[in-house]
Amino acid sequence: MKLRRRTFLGAGVTAVATGSLISCARGTAEWRFFTAAEARTVDAICDHLIPADQDPGAKQAGVVNYIDIQLTKAFRRHRAAYRKGLAGVDTASRAKFSKAFADLSPEQQREVLSVVEQDSKAFFDLILTHTRQGFYGDPRHGGNRRMASWKMLGLPFPQVRGRQHYDEPKAG
Amino acid sequence: MALKHVNAVIVGAGAGGGVVAKELSTAGLSVVLLERGKWYSAADCRKDDLYNQRTSALGARFGPDEERNPRVVVDDQGRETIALPSDGTYSNNAACVGGGTFSYGAQAWRYMEKDFRMRSTYGAVEGSTLEDWPIGYHDLEPFYEKAEWEMGVSGDDTDNIFKAPRRKPLPMPPLPPGQEHQILQPAARRLGLHPFDIPMLRNTVPYNGRRSCMRCRWCVGFACEVDARTGTHNTVIPAALASGNCELRTECMSKEILLDARGQAKAIAYFDAANRLQEQTADLVIVCGGAVESARLLLNSRHPLHPEGLGNRYGWVGRNLHAHAYPAATGLFDYDTYDDLGPGASIAICDYNHGNPGLAGGGMLANEFIRLPYQFMTQVPPWVPRWGQAHKDFVRQAYKRTVVIMGPVQEIPVFDARVQVDPKVRDFWGIPVARLSGGRHPHTIEIARFLAGKAEAWLKEAGAARVWQRIPAATLSGGQHQAGTCRMGNDPKTSVVNPNCQLHDVDNVYVIDASVHVTNGGFNPALTILANAYRASQNLLKSWKGTKVTS
Repeated sequence: MKLRRRTFLGAGVTAVATGSLISCARGTAEWRFFTAAEARTVDAICDHLIPADQDPGAKQAGVVNYIDIQLTKAFRRHRAAYRKGLAGVDTASRAKFSKAFADLSPEQQREVLSVVEQDSKAFFDLILTHTRQGFYGDPRHGGNRRMASWKMLGLPFPQVRGRQHYDEPKAG
Repeated sequence: MALKHVNAVIVGAGAGGGVVAKELSTAGLSVVLLERGKWYSAADCRKDDLYNQRTSALGARFGPDEERNPRVVVDDQGRETIALPSDGTYSNNAACVGGGTFSYGAQAWRYMEKDFRMRSTYGAVEGSTLEDWPIGYHDLEPFYEKAEWEMGVSGDDTDNIFKAPRRKPLPMPPLPPGQEHQILQPAARRLGLHPFDIPMLRNTVPYNGRRSCMRCRWCVGFACEVDARTGTHNTVIPAALASGNCELRTECMSKEILLDARGQAKAIAYFDAANRLQEQTADLVIVCGGAVESARLLLNSRHPLHPEGLGNRYGWVGRNLHAHAYPAATGLFDYDTYDDLGPGASIAICDYNHGNPGLAGGGMLANEFIRLPYQFMTQVPPWVPRWGQAHKDFVRQAYKRTVVIMGPVQEIPVFDARVQVDPKVRDFWGIPVARLSGGRHPHTIEIARFLAGKAEAWLKEAGAARVWQRIPAATLSGGQHQAGTCRMGNDPKTSVVNPNCQLHDVDNVYVIDASVHVTNGGFNPALTILANAYRASQNLLKSWKGTKVTS
């Protein structure tokens, strides 16, 4: 266990240096469930599922952080699916382009993702659902950083706890 | 130490159990109310859009918990899977004080006269156990009124020309109309329909010592932050406790009903909050666990005289599980329809509940509650790619420009849609879990298609630029509106309880929740559960002759 933590840390430091990962609350890039390589893959997948444009996408909103946190809590039963599914994405990627998914060009990644959507539908649906949750859901769970999606949708912000909206009582 | 004997032990503090607890305890009976969940309050409103009772992405906020409460679900291919409360297939209803009424949308519908006479109105439907209720609307009317006034219902159904006769109007006015209401009302009138304000168990003015709705966007699925929404947790259950005759025990999981040598119920065996097995003796056992858990408890209560479970001599316990199929249409407008005024749902029509050509019934149509951003994912039309730029673009452009109309189809009951107890899988306490199998009747889906078409027509008339439909699948129907598994009837061979909600087989065991519904109306069932609980309690009290136990 200790050895694995060390591996995590080492990989995390590299990742922070490349600026490709979002650091977690403890100020390191040590993931709770994902290996550094897996987190990179998830991040790259999320970037396609909900891309950045004039508004942040799933990557900027920290969706990988959401999924990683939940895999230690509510999503524990999906751990095997992620481990296997992410390995499958890299396998598909290497078979087609001889590179890990995260190292492909965006066009190549899209191509691989379309294959994954066909061939590993259950995993694709799972990560798509979780990505939507992490992007559109409440920031308290680790995603939707700085309420990116709520700002995009123009929802009253900051979140108002409650409000009175009283007009004239309806006649009759 | 043995627990003190009481007159009545009630299993489940939801819509049915809450009312029964109050009626019996205020009449002087000693009552123990067992609830497997916790007692939450307005302070438990976290407004968490991923962890609530409507969107259980991270679990069902008001129970049951994921760790201890599995079920087995069998699909149409016969494949078995373990379902957890956050799974759609689980057919979950909340496990907490108040049950579904703690976090529901609070629509407070009276069923219509024909809803109690479906078989007489439409005849037999092949492949269905469609039947009349043994009681009629007029039997429930005084109790609908009692529920409306004692608990507090707002709304205005004077424009609903299809409603069954009522003696008193609703005690509170509706909320002022929001934007969707103002868009939909004139359109419905132009179509010759009869729109009106949905009756809601929601304070719109201070009532019963509680405040009025502040119209936030976190309504259905959440605790009400200002305690304006009405459930049994903030009305009848506190009244029961105030009587001094009712003890509420939370986090108590019932295991089985125990019988004496003569075949009468004598006690309930349950696991208390510390998971210790307890026996609560009582003169009466009243089962109010919801259609899945009530059936499960009866089926788990085996006795030499009742080898297949209590009330199950003819194999009807757990049968006819159904709820509501919800067809929907979403309209995309070219201007903002979103006004951030909760609860959202406010306007309805009953023009299509009955009298639809070639169809055995129908359902009410109403606008949907506010869609929170993640909930909006289900509204994205089928032609938009599921991911990538196009999906994001659509959500960004359409989120504030849609209106959704949907409605609960009165389902056509199916004998093989059922709750059993699983022979192998047990829950945390070692109790055999519910095993769900079967699906919806094809005619239910036909009615759903018809209603979706009417919803689409309404949205088009209202000016929607594009409209798309959602048709429910033919899979098993349970969830919050679950009903039918302990059917009420006069014939012990084709029903489980008599019109007084007593088991045909064991007359000191009652089932008082939506399990007894023969059919489930084309409406949200809460007010009918409440009204029937008032009615059954009154009948029970009339026949109550005091305890048989001498201490």
